[in-house]
Amino acid sequence: MADSVSSEEVAVISNTDITSTESENNIINTMVERGTALLRKLEINVAEAEKRTGKNTVNMQETYTVYLIEIRPAETEGGTPAAPDTLWRRYSEFELLRTYLLVTYPYIIIPPLPEKRAEFVWHKLSADNLDPDFVERRRVGLENFLLRVASHPVLSNDKIFFLFLTEEKGWRDAVLETGFQDKADSRLKSLSAMFRVKNPDKRFTALKQYSDELNSIISQLLRIRARVADRLYGVYKVHGNYGRVFSEWSAIEKEMGDGLQSAGHHMDTYAASIDDILEEEEHFADQLKEYLFYTDAVRSVCRKHELIQYELEMAAQDLVQKKQQKEELATGTVRIFSLKGMTSKLFGQESPEQKESRLAALEQSIQEGEETVKEKNTECQEFVRAAWDDIERFKEQKDKDLREALISYAIMQISMCKKGIQVWSNAKECFSKM
Amino acid sequence: MSISAPKGLASSGQKPITEILHPLSAAEEPLSPGPDVTVSGGRDKEVGLTNGTPVETPSPASASVLFNRLHLDDDLDPDTRDPYADTETHDLFVTVDDPKKHVSTMETYITYRVSTKTSRIEFDLPEYSVRRRYQDFDWLRTKLEDSQPTHLIPPLPEKFVMKGVVDRFSEEFVETRMKALDKFLKRVADHPVLSFNPHLNAFLSAKDLNKRQGLALLTKVGESVKSVAGGYKLRVRPPEFCALGEYLDTFNQKLGTIDRIAQRILKEQSEYLTELREYGTVYASWAGSEEELQRPLEGVAGCVTTCCGALEDMSENMSQDFLPVLREYILYIESMKNVLRKRDQSQAEYEGRLEAAVLRKQEDRTPIPAEVEKCQDKMECFNADLKADWERWQSNKRQDFKQLLTGMADKNVTYYEKCQAAWESLITVLQDKQTEDKTSETN
Repeated sequence: MADSVSSEEVAVISNTDITSTESENNIINTMVERGTALLRKLEINVAEAEKRTGKNTVNMQETYTVYLIEIRPAETEGGTPAAPDTLWRRYSEFELLRTYLLVTYPYIIIPPLPEKRAEFVWHKLSADNLDPDFVERRRVGLENFLLRVASHPVLSNDKIFFLFLTEEKGWRDAVLETGFQDKADSRLKSLSAMFRVKNPDKRFTALKQYSDELNSIISQLLRIRARVADRLYGVYKVHGNYGRVFSEWSAIEKEMGDGLQSAGHHMDTYAASIDDILEEEEHFADQLKEYLFYTDAVRSVCRKHELIQYELEMAAQDLVQKKQQKEELATGTVRIFSLKGMTSKLFGQESPEQKESRLAALEQSIQEGEETVKEKNTECQEFVRAAWDDIERFKEQKDKDLREALISYAIMQISMCKKGIQVWSNAKECFSKM
Repeated sequence: MSISAPKGLASSGQKPITEILHPLSAAEEPLSPGPDVTVSGGRDKEVGLTNGTPVETPSPASASVLFNRLHLDDDLDPDTRDPYADTETHDLFVTVDDPKKHVSTMETYITYRVSTKTSRIEFDLPEYSVRRRYQDFDWLRTKLEDSQPTHLIPPLPEKFVMKGVVDRFSEEFVETRMKALDKFLKRVADHPVLSFNPHLNAFLSAKDLNKRQGLALLTKVGESVKSVAGGYKLRVRPPEFCALGEYLDTFNQKLGTIDRIAQRILKEQSEYLTELREYGTVYASWAGSEEELQRPLEGVAGCVTTCCGALEDMSENMSQDFLPVLREYILYIESMKNVLRKRDQSQAEYEGRLEAAVLRKQEDRTPIPAEVEKCQDKMECFNADLKADWERWQSNKRQDFKQLLTGMADKNVTYYEKCQAAWESLITVLQDKQTEDKTSETN
């Protein structure tokens, strides 16, 4: 399975009998084949989910779910697979890890977590967090998250991430020790602040716009898909009534009875088949949701860039102002209004000593300002370089994953059609024997 | 007077009806139109149509063409054969088609072409082509009911439609109605007794159907049945007719349920279709903001649109072909129940008169009047006709429903096949691109 780029697999993909789960596995395989050092060493699974009850921080009883993370050394030649190292994590710990990554790698598009609460629900699906189907889909989502991080060229090398996978007890302290919380607070503040960048980077502007569009479109798509699922459910289930009435009708018929009765059974089968069909389609919805949440991460990177850009512009502007001040002071002309200038006009010229000291202070300030600008410039350039690297990587990943998801969706549709043809052909045969 | 072989009526495969004596006609004229009963057909065809539509001159159909047609029926697989071509000699073929709208100062209405091909001598010509409107069909049915009250007359589609709700001139409505009229006429033409009714002859052949003239063709049976005095109550219905009645009630109920289910499915499908259309447009709109994914997304949008079209076709078929036939059978059941009621009436009358006569005989030795015997004959004729028609009806019902339900299943299969084809072609497009990518990667 790890050896995926071969002509054989191409033949397999052309075979439309491939199931949608196999298609999804192709995405995971792609992640593995990217071959980060981490994934060469380890195999990561989120194997199970379990309910726990315990006291929370305000000393109240609560029920929550924990997920079992299994780490195995990657398969060695001809060796029996070793027993996995395991630990349990709850959703809030995943959230903490992600927040840490967001703060520590602001230029990286951090993979999203599966949704906290079930959204875009169609009527049969439970919106309850403790519902077994929801928990199961969340388990898959969490595994997906870990694999995304583990396959990322930058994130996979993070020590805290490694500890998350290996240190059950001490991890929380380790994270807090990094002091990322302080950075988090200031970052959150600045991200929510309103500011305008004078010379926005066109590429980032375009990316933000695209990300917003994608967010809107996927939300729309998920909403309508839920409605479509609802309606399709109705169509199938009503056919179940045929089962009952054919059975009742067959009781009063002589020659027609058998045919009607069997046809009725097929109608029941048809009506029941929609449950599995729609359950499978949820996988597709989950794949879309991942990218919906990814758009938030993209937006976040764009905003961070804006912030850095803004700070650079502010620093540059500040420097220009100071230089002008110095010039004015040196030449004695007042071009720009300044309080000092006014007061000196009002209260008389200052002494040459005062002027000298002020000039020196300004000179110092200008030097510092130039340092700041240089720093900010470097920061900005590095950010742009690193971010754009990751953005290109992300774009490729997105195109590939979504194409795969669409293929998987088409396969599901074909499977649904085949089932339909089967059932109705069977019914047709029963009718023709009436 | 004994009643000879009522069974002969049902399976008169060997002799034309004119040669089989009607049970009541031993001493009287045969039921079939005799020479003194002038069917308007031959006379009126000189009169032109008042409707203003041109009528094609019928080309003489050679007997051999008809013969060939009959042989063809024998060769076909029993299941695929026309349900109306049973073992009886088929020498009367009718078709209803070609609807046309007529606008006059008084009213607007639709006429249909009624084409007939026949080798029967009761008709002057081997072929006819006339135009008839719904009113004319209604007239025919009434006449048949009046003149053949012991027989089950097939139903007509609904007469009245709510003006605001249904468009009487829409293509769908006209098409549906025409199919039902065609079915009605074929059933009548197929019937061993009804097909020889002079009113049918007039309907099929007269250029101008002069309904007001009221052809005095009420047969003796018709008259006597019409004059059944009311007030006789039936005591006990014979068991076979009880079973018949019960069957009709239950069957009616089940058909009603199926009708409701079918309507509900149509409604659900329509709502599903609305959502599905919007779903497709979102994919198309998404394609607009993508580069690599543009073609795949457009492909998905296209697939969804194709599925919408396929669904539309299936729903249309359900509402145009499936539901009308279902409803027709519900009407048929009503007709059958009516005949059953009339039969009950004739039994009641007979039993009532018999009782009275027996009492009188006991009192003053008056012999049983001939009237009573006539009543008995009438009742037994009724029973025989009804049983025969019942058998036919059951057999036709089986064929009709086999066809109807098989058709429904078939349409569903076709729908899924269309959808599957669309999605499969999309996958090959999507995967081709993938292979391109993979080969370029490894290079």
